[in-house]
Amino acid sequence: MFTTNVLSSVCPASPVANGVKMRDSCKEHANGTKTLTEGLRNTVVPWVDDLIAVRDDRDETAFIRVFGHFGPRVKAFLMRTGMDAALAEECAQEVLVTVWNKAHLYDASRASPSTWIFTIARNKKIDVLRKQRRPEPEDLPWGPEAEPDQAEVLGLQQESEQLGRALRDLPEKQRELIEKAYFGDLSHSEIADQTGLPLGTIKSRIRLALERLRHSMK
Amino acid sequence: MTVKHHLTDELLMAYSAGDLPEAVNLIVATHISLCDECRAALGSYDAVGGAVLDTCDTVEMSKNSLNSVLDMIHAQDSQVQDKPVSTTVQDDVLPAPLIDYIGGGLDSVRWRSAGMGVKQAILPTSKDATARLLYIPAGTAIPDHGHHGLELTLVLKGAFQDEGGYFGRGDIEVASEDLNHTPVADISEDCICLAVTDAPLKFKGLVPRIAQPFLGI
Repeated sequence: MFTTNVLSSVCPASPVANGVKMRDSCKEHANGTKTLTEGLRNTVVPWVDDLIAVRDDRDETAFIRVFGHFGPRVKAFLMRTGMDAALAEECAQEVLVTVWNKAHLYDASRASPSTWIFTIARNKKIDVLRKQRRPEPEDLPWGPEAEPDQAEVLGLQQESEQLGRALRDLPEKQRELIEKAYFGDLSHSEIADQTGLPLGTIKSRIRLALERLRHSMK
Repeated sequence: MTVKHHLTDELLMAYSAGDLPEAVNLIVATHISLCDECRAALGSYDAVGGAVLDTCDTVEMSKNSLNSVLDMIHAQDSQVQDKPVSTTVQDDVLPAPLIDYIGGGLDSVRWRSAGMGVKQAILPTSKDATARLLYIPAGTAIPDHGHHGLELTLVLKGAFQDEGGYFGRGDIEVASEDLNHTPVADISEDCICLAVTDAPLKFKGLVPRIAQPFLGI
């Protein structure tokens, strides 16, 4: 689990990022400063504070950074799923517009920015390539009272980073298999049970975040 | 929430990758609306998708891309302020994804008789799989239907029992063609289920099978 010394090794370098409310052990390091810092963004949780700045402050500068990083990735992803460059460009633009429009739904204790943007790109793909809308689970709305604490957010984001590293470290063939499954050119039956990725921990973290959410909704 | 019967990893991963027929997406989304365990598991598969996006190559956006996007968000923001979407219809039995497909709550369902007091309503999805709501009177057995292909049954109200166990609200039975089952609705109350069967061909990701939908459709 997450311990205070992990937190304190992170917090001194990361005063309150835009819109991120620090709590508990983080608070004493925060000094009430409200600046975006390189520390949080680059070493621990890249893009989280930018996305939260978009969400809470409608910060256009932060959005432009998100665009610069994710635009070319979303476009490449969509081309891998079978779109030509022109269509992928158009769709990638729409995905980024959706990022702006739906930022209020972003919950950093349940998804990394890449994960959240992936789900938007995937839905766009289904929309465009299959001309279907995709039924989505009922939203779990969350208000200020359900704001996750910093430890939860950092834990989930670190877990996401580790998952990314685990994916990169897989034997090439296995990694390609997983990528193909997500680009949509492979059956899942043979790999779902054996991705070779450590999904248990990230699942437990999301589970905890959901419990908090349910609790606060009562 | 006490859901005991869950989605398989295969279905969760395929849902995350966006590779399932619309009707299967619908039942997956409906189950997840009732089951935080599967919602969390889906989150972990979405995280794999995020990692794939991260490791993706990059393809340069076109020159005017950023300006077009900024124009789009400015145009919207001047029109409507972003407001949280609230579902207008609430229903004790039907989670939001089903309300969307029915166009209202339980009283908007257009049931058709399927014999023996059983009623059904087919929901509008793409043809590669079929989603239907089933209304099974308390204590009634659905005749043995050795179906071909995949059959997913999600309980929304009441409960049923078959060779696979006891299924209450939120539970989903994932039955492959080798399961010959005879679901019997619990005697205590009428049972409402969402059932999805895959149709011929096209069920990408699973071995194509000839569908033999039950109840004469």
